[in-house]
Formats: sequence, C-alpha cells, structure tokens
Amino acid sequence: MRSTRAESSDASACVAEPLLDIRGLKTWFKTDDGMVRAVDGVDLHIDRGETLGVVGESGCGKTVTARSVLKLIDMPPGRFEDGEILWQGRNLIPLDQAEMNKIRAREIAIIFQEPMTSLNPVYTVGDQIAEVIELHQKLSRKQALVGAAEMLRLVNIPHPQRRIHDYPHQFSGGMRQRVMIAMALSCQPKLLIADEPTTALDVTIQAQILELMQEMKDKFGMAIMLITHAMGVVAETCQRVTVMYAGKVVEEAPVEALFGNPRHPYTQGLIRSIPRVDRAAEKKQRLEAIAGTVPSLLDPPPGCRFASRCKHAMEVCTRAMPPLKEVGSGHFVRCVL
Amino acid sequence: MSGPQPGSETLLSVRDLRKHFAITGGVFSRVVDKVHAVDGVSFDIAAGETLGLVGESGCGKSTTGRCILRLIEPSSGEVLFQGSDVTRMKTDALRALRRDMQIIFQDPYASLNPRLTVGAIIGEALTIHNLAASRQAHEDRVVQLLETVGLQPDHMRRFPHEFSGGQRQRIGIARALAVEPKLVICDEPVSALDVSIQAQVINLLEDLQEQFGLTYLFIAHDLSVVEHISTRVAVMYLGRVVEIAPSRDLYDNPLHPYTEALLSAVPIPDPTVKRKRIMLQGDVPNPIRPPSGCHFHTRCPIAKPDCAQRVPELRESKPGHWVSCHYRG
Repeated sequence: MRSTRAESSDASACVAEPLLDIRGLKTWFKTDDGMVRAVDGVDLHIDRGETLGVVGESGCGKTVTARSVLKLIDMPPGRFEDGEILWQGRNLIPLDQAEMNKIRAREIAIIFQEPMTSLNPVYTVGDQIAEVIELHQKLSRKQALVGAAEMLRLVNIPHPQRRIHDYPHQFSGGMRQRVMIAMALSCQPKLLIADEPTTALDVTIQAQILELMQEMKDKFGMAIMLITHAMGVVAETCQRVTVMYAGKVVEEAPVEALFGNPRHPYTQGLIRSIPRVDRAAEKKQRLEAIAGTVPSLLDPPPGCRFASRCKHAMEVCTRAMPPLKEVGSGHFVRCVL
Repeated sequence: MSGPQPGSETLLSVRDLRKHFAITGGVFSRVVDKVHAVDGVSFDIAAGETLGLVGESGCGKSTTGRCILRLIEPSSGEVLFQGSDVTRMKTDALRALRRDMQIIFQDPYASLNPRLTVGAIIGEALTIHNLAASRQAHEDRVVQLLETVGLQPDHMRRFPHEFSGGQRQRIGIARALAVEPKLVICDEPVSALDVSIQAQVINLLEDLQEQFGLTYLFIAHDLSVVEHISTRVAVMYLGRVVEIAPSRDLYDNPLHPYTEALLSAVPIPDPTVKRKRIMLQGDVPNPIRPPSGCHFHTRCPIAKPDCAQRVPELRESKPGHWVSCHYRG
C-alpha cells in the first residue's frame, strides 16, 4: 500500500523527504493468550512544521505507534515484527539505547496524557527540566536551572524563578501539563509527540493548553504528532489527520477533506456520533451510533477489521484486507467502496 | 425559584443545598478547615424532563447528585421529592424512596461487584424491595431488563469482567431500572466510554426515557453531550449554580460570563467553523477558600470591584432563564 502512495504522488516525491516516515510498522505483544497485534502495518508520515492528528478509539494502536517511534515499548513482551521508522531518512529500529538517547528530547520529544505520573514526585520541577537541558546541551547545572526558569516563563507559568523550586504536587493539572511541555521543548526538538495531552483536563484548561502548543509551534517551528480521540480537538489544531482502527490506518486526509468528505464508514461514523453544540437546529436528532465494539487484536481474522460493525459490509470485505487507495489529493482510504 | 415551564408537575426540588466537607488535622483530628463543595444550590426538576448539570471538575456537580440521594449526607438545605423532604427521612422511608430514585455511575468497571453474576447484580434490588413473587418471576424480570437495555438473556450468568465498557454501562442501567424508578441520576454515564459507544448509550437513555417516562438529572462535564440530551441545563461553578436555562436558549444566548467562556472552549468537530474564543486565565480557585462575593470574579473578564464584595442572587432574567451575575441579564 506504500507503493500506492508513492506512485500516485510522484510530484510530491521530489519535494523534501518527510521528517518522520513510518512504513509498514508492526509492533506486536506476546501474551499468555497469544500474539496481540496492537500495531499491524501502519504507514504514516509527518512533514516539517506540520501538525498531524492521529485519531481512533481506545486500543486502536495510536499510543503504541507513538511510543514505537521513541522506542519506549518494553521488549519483551513487545517486539517490532516488521517495518521501518525513518527519522530524516534514518531507520530508528536497529538503533541501540545510547543512540536513541541522542535522538530523544533533542530531536523528538513526547508529552503524555497524565502529567502527574510522568513527573517524578520527589524532585522539584526545576531539577527535572534542568536535567534534560544539562544532559542534552552539556551545560552546567547552574546554567541549566536558568534555562529551566526561562522555559517555565515561556509556557506562561507565573513567577518562574520561584516555581522552579516547587514539586509537581504543588501544581494544578493544567500547570503540570505546562511543565511537561516546557520540559519537552527545552531542547527545541523538531518533532513533539503529544499523546492525549488534554484528555485529563477540563475544557477551559484544554483550550489554554492547545493555544500554548500552537504558540510554541509558531515560536520553535517544530512538527506535532497529536494523538487524541477527540474529533473536535483534531478539527481545530491539525492540518492532516490519520484515522486508525484496530491496529491499521483506515483513512488519511487533509483536515478539511476528512471532515468535509469522510470516505471510510468508520470515519463517517466517528464524525456523526458526536453531538454538536454549534448546530442549533432540528432539535433532538438521534445520534448515529456505530453498532458493536472494537474487535480483539488477538489473531484477528483476515479482511477488513471494521467489517463486523460496518453498515456497508459485503462478502468481499471479510476475505481480504483492502489496500489503502488514493481518492483525492493526499486523501487515502482503506475501503473497497 | 428557577422552576421549570409552567404546566408540568415538579418531581424534585432542591432548596439551598449545602455540603461542607471537614478537613481535620493535628493530634486530635480537630476540624481545621472546610471544603465548600456545594454552597447553596437550588433547582427544580419537572416530571419527564432531563436537567443537565455541567461544570468543571471540583464544581460540586457530583456531590449535588449524591446529596439528593443521601449517598452523601448534606450539611443543610432541603431536597423535596414529590413534596416530602428527603433530608429528614428515617432509614425505612429512605429505603422505600430509593425505589423511586436511582443512580448510574461514571465508571462501569468500579460500580459493578466483580464477584456477582450480572443476573445477581440486576436482581438484587428485586429481592430487597420484594418485587418478584416467585423465583420464576424474578428470573423473567431480569431477562426482560437485559433485553430492555440491549443485552442477551444468557448474559445473566456471566460476570462483569466478561463485558466491554459500553456493555457494563448497560448493566448499570438495567440495575437502576429494576425497581421502576421515577428519577434517575446519571453521574457522568458516558465519560469513560469511547465516542462510538457513547452514542449507543446516549441513544439508549433517550429511548428508555420515552418508554418509561423517566426523569433524568444528567451530570456531565461534556457540554455537547449535555446539550444534546437535556431539556434544561444548570451550570455550576465552585459549588454554586451560575445559570439555568432551557438547553437551546443557554447555548444560543449564554448570559453568565462563565457559561460563555465554557461554551467557547468546546472544540467544534468542523475545521471550517472559526470562532472567537474567550480564554479564561488561570485555574479554578481552591474551594477551601473560595473567592469572596461572586466566586467567579477572579477569572471574570467583565468583573468590577463590587463583584468581590456582593454575592449575586440567581434571578430570572427572562422567562425560564436564570442567571447569577450583577452585570448580565
């Protein structure tokens, strides 16, 4: 399916190579019950300075894909079964820990959903940010602490000089996520992976954090891979979107095309199943729910993973996995329809 | 105060409800401070309607729901269910009342006993309230309830861990419906579910309301979901109701600056919609020492000096639309 994209977009092939190019990635986990195919042949790419949204429901493999990029997967039980992760043309999969550490934080940084569990409770936030700066920029602790305070100021934490001496529990949820962003950006990475950065936050705080990420992007010019299940967040912040379902990419499109003309029945279902506050209207319209639940990723059957829940499923859908085909400029869909 | 549309019968009235949680400290566990979780909340719910209760974490919406059922004892105030005061009821009267008022919880994993079969979970209330004459009648009723919420009869012999999140929430709903309640308090019933499953459960709740004439108090932080399901919506901030209005009216013409900011922060799943966002500064203040006067004045874009002194009353700005702000409405 990679070839489909290459052939159909010859024009873009001569443009600069993507920053990150994941090809046919398979990250599987060995369990007592058998092999869980969490990520089962994922292709996605991110260009310099763009924001890519990766959406899907729990268990679709979006987080495992993100963690695979930084090789933050415990192996075993996990293992890379197949595929390549090309970072500026260089495959990350064969790299050892020492080489990965040169890429982590300095080139690719990550922030997580739950800022409390990703910060160390027994060190001050200043120490934790300074550690990153010290390690990767070869500065003294004193200089690094100055840098830490500067980063806290950038993410709009009041009184940064004083706050660097505080511990994570002394910050609110939104403030902790700001600290995480400060830490992630302290080495000015080229790519920020944000794994559900606002899911644990209230809606007004979510708005603040999304605005901050946009501000930081404008300032540092990094690319963002935004992993989320919230379609509203995607619509407001991303340029391109990859939709995942049960370990596979089912649709990839520019954001306007994805919301304006969703092609995969799963994407259509996702968009139609959310209530909209901005639609006045024909009150009490029923929501279009997608029947059934996400299938098990333990030895999945051949054919389209969505077939069992799909309104348009045909006999052919259960026989072979449809390829990802291009249906518009930069718009790919994995469906026979 | 803040009554529903005229003509409909009031099922539940909450009057000046307060709940203060004591914070103890020191060697003798003296009360050193209080958290004002619910700080004078009043509203009415008419039979057959859905009142949505929204607000951010820590605003007191869940505590309000639990005080109504007396799962948490309120500190003061009245809860009138069909005219009788729930807060003064003795144990027996309260147990009888629980036939009429039920609750569905947020976490479908934590709210079902993992050691009981689904049949036992749903049937427990039938036994407690003596609602089944015979063993056969008991089983028939459980099967009927399972089918009502879209599950299979043979599911009654399985355990909660064998079900997905959405199915567990259906079990929770079947359990609540077993006693044929009049009022169901839904405490974040879809927050833990994936979007596609969320829609299934919302549709089910709407169907059940129509089928059994249920009244809902729907507590949630997701404004889009609340707008979709509610007849009227009450917005809470730091233990107080700041605005109550018919659902559409609230979304089209929010009066309170907090409601306005909250609505503008909801991301719209449509990249062609561009809106002006009202960004609130800072975090929700500490409920141990809430700000004086209007609780919102520290973050309010239109605050004036006297907002820190005077507590605004909830007053009717236009028919059915209540707001508590000195300068709006």
